[in-house]
Amino acid sequence: MADMILKKKALADFLRSLGRSYQVFGPKQEGGEVRFGPADGEVLLDYQNSRLSPKEFFFPQSERMFEFNADPKAEDAFLLKERPANLRPRLLFGIRPCDAKAFAVLDKIYGNDQYTDTYWFDKREATTLIGLACNRPCATCFCTSVGCGPFHEEGLDVLAVDLGEDVLLRPLTDKGEKALEAAGDLAKAGKKAAASAKALKTEAESSITSRVDMDKVNERTVMELFEADHWAKVAQRCLNCGVCTYVCPTCHCFDIQDEVSGQIGDRVRNWDSCMSWLFTQHGTGHNPRPDKTSRVRQRFMHKFKYIPLKRGGDIGCVGCGRCVVQCPVNIDVRDVVRDMNA
Amino acid sequence: MKNPYLPYPVRIDQIVVETEDKNLRSFRLVFIHPEDEKAFEYTPGQFAELSLAGYGEIPIGIASSPTEKGHLLFTVNKVGSVSSALHNMKVGDVMGVRGPLGNAYPLKAMEGRDVVIVAGGFAVTTLRSTVTWMLHPDHRKKYGKIYFIYGARTPGMLLYRDEMKKWQERDDIETYVTIDREHPDWKGLVGLVPVVLENVAPPSENATALVCGPPIMIRFTQPVLEKLGFADDRVVMSLENRMKCGIGICGRCNVGPEYVCKDGPVFTKAQLNKLPKEY
Repeated sequence: MADMILKKKALADFLRSLGRSYQVFGPKQEGGEVRFGPADGEVLLDYQNSRLSPKEFFFPQSERMFEFNADPKAEDAFLLKERPANLRPRLLFGIRPCDAKAFAVLDKIYGNDQYTDTYWFDKREATTLIGLACNRPCATCFCTSVGCGPFHEEGLDVLAVDLGEDVLLRPLTDKGEKALEAAGDLAKAGKKAAASAKALKTEAESSITSRVDMDKVNERTVMELFEADHWAKVAQRCLNCGVCTYVCPTCHCFDIQDEVSGQIGDRVRNWDSCMSWLFTQHGTGHNPRPDKTSRVRQRFMHKFKYIPLKRGGDIGCVGCGRCVVQCPVNIDVRDVVRDMNA
Repeated sequence: MKNPYLPYPVRIDQIVVETEDKNLRSFRLVFIHPEDEKAFEYTPGQFAELSLAGYGEIPIGIASSPTEKGHLLFTVNKVGSVSSALHNMKVGDVMGVRGPLGNAYPLKAMEGRDVVIVAGGFAVTTLRSTVTWMLHPDHRKKYGKIYFIYGARTPGMLLYRDEMKKWQERDDIETYVTIDREHPDWKGLVGLVPVVLENVAPPSENATALVCGPPIMIRFTQPVLEKLGFADDRVVMSLENRMKCGIGICGRCNVGPEYVCKDGPVFTKAQLNKLPKEY
């Protein structure tokens, strides 16, 4: 399918017609921040980025995995049962290319060479992603140096580009084409529209001047990076508060807990954070990552060395800059990678 | 898509209190659905998540051998909330097992070679599985000499004593069971595992060592193996770390880029030399 054109005036109708086939979500202003919520025919097009990544659509902060009857006298007492997956087709409109790239990286983590995480992929398969290219990247964005970019298409089903009066819609997958067909009346994009999308892309890419370099990180061994001196310096400031892991689109670690209330039991998985001492504590009390330095080091080593080593060179960071903005003690991931690469 | 987090339902068939401090119990588990036993095809060195609905899961090495049909054996130390709840379970109770998980001891690569097994305390579980597997008539001829050196603090802290007595009577395995200090009820070997290993001095040419025990034993065993001439890629160890998913996703058990749950728990010393000591 060719690139299509949507008149901005018709955006509300476009979203409503998608709403006949999908539950549609998009960026909304919500109490001073941008969050993804039900589109209801209206979404923001001029936002820079949401405070939280939309990873919760596939990896909810808390998710029930199984249920069980906690009545010890019941026939099926304490037998775990899968919850019926009741997944209506969903469509996320207006996510940023960096967040889509993060999903592509996480696809390689939730599906490794031996196992497939059904909870992640159930929702991934039921969801269509229409991304919105970044015409105005933030000062904290560094996507272009970590294998991503403001118009990056990986992980998306459709890329939308805001051309001013119009929105260009570029279908990238079968799922994307299906969504655009479901939306109905769209005109084919002309040469002029394609040219202005291209110009916007060049302009956006050249406006991103902050970057990280990875050449020495890639060359060095795990132990060379692990034993470097600079980790203690980063750890001095770090509070191990975990906000970076909370807002990060690629942070995917989780805990599994059982919860019982009366006769109803659930096995639940919750977001977890490598910044917590309990994350690695053994039952015996021994802790292989007993101090702040080792926990801080783990987070950066995981993203910039371990994931690239194990996932064919993909970096576990997409350069969205959320951790840079949210860190209460101004730890800047770009500085940390500069130290690793020094 | 098969849900990798769903345990197989099993019934507790037998519980044995293994040690004098009553902190270690062995649980013999039988699959409720016979087809699940077929699906649970494992190799010595692997582990499983024991699942107690309402409490959670714990990763425990499989102590039974695939040659022992009809049940699985797990020996569990009581340390946290799940293992404590397990210690309160009774014969006939139903629970779950998820696995088998992780890699295994390099049984194939060790064929045609001598095998030196060095174990301490309750880390002997997956090595019990290994010895039982290797001593099976279908497998014994594939290996050269087998040495089994095992120690605990006191006679009452030794696991699987009756079985080891039978191993001591066999002539196709050299079994050395030792305790740390003299004890009135003990007529066998006395001395720390590394010292016994040094005295037994199994030849290292054409041999592989499997080592599993508490960190202090590992620390003092390594120089002895080195002195005996075992190269680092012939020293095989099994690691433990806190785990949740057991399938290389949840992100906590890693040692450098390797997940202990999926890429391990079995690593050679040569591999571990290149990794951070985060275990």
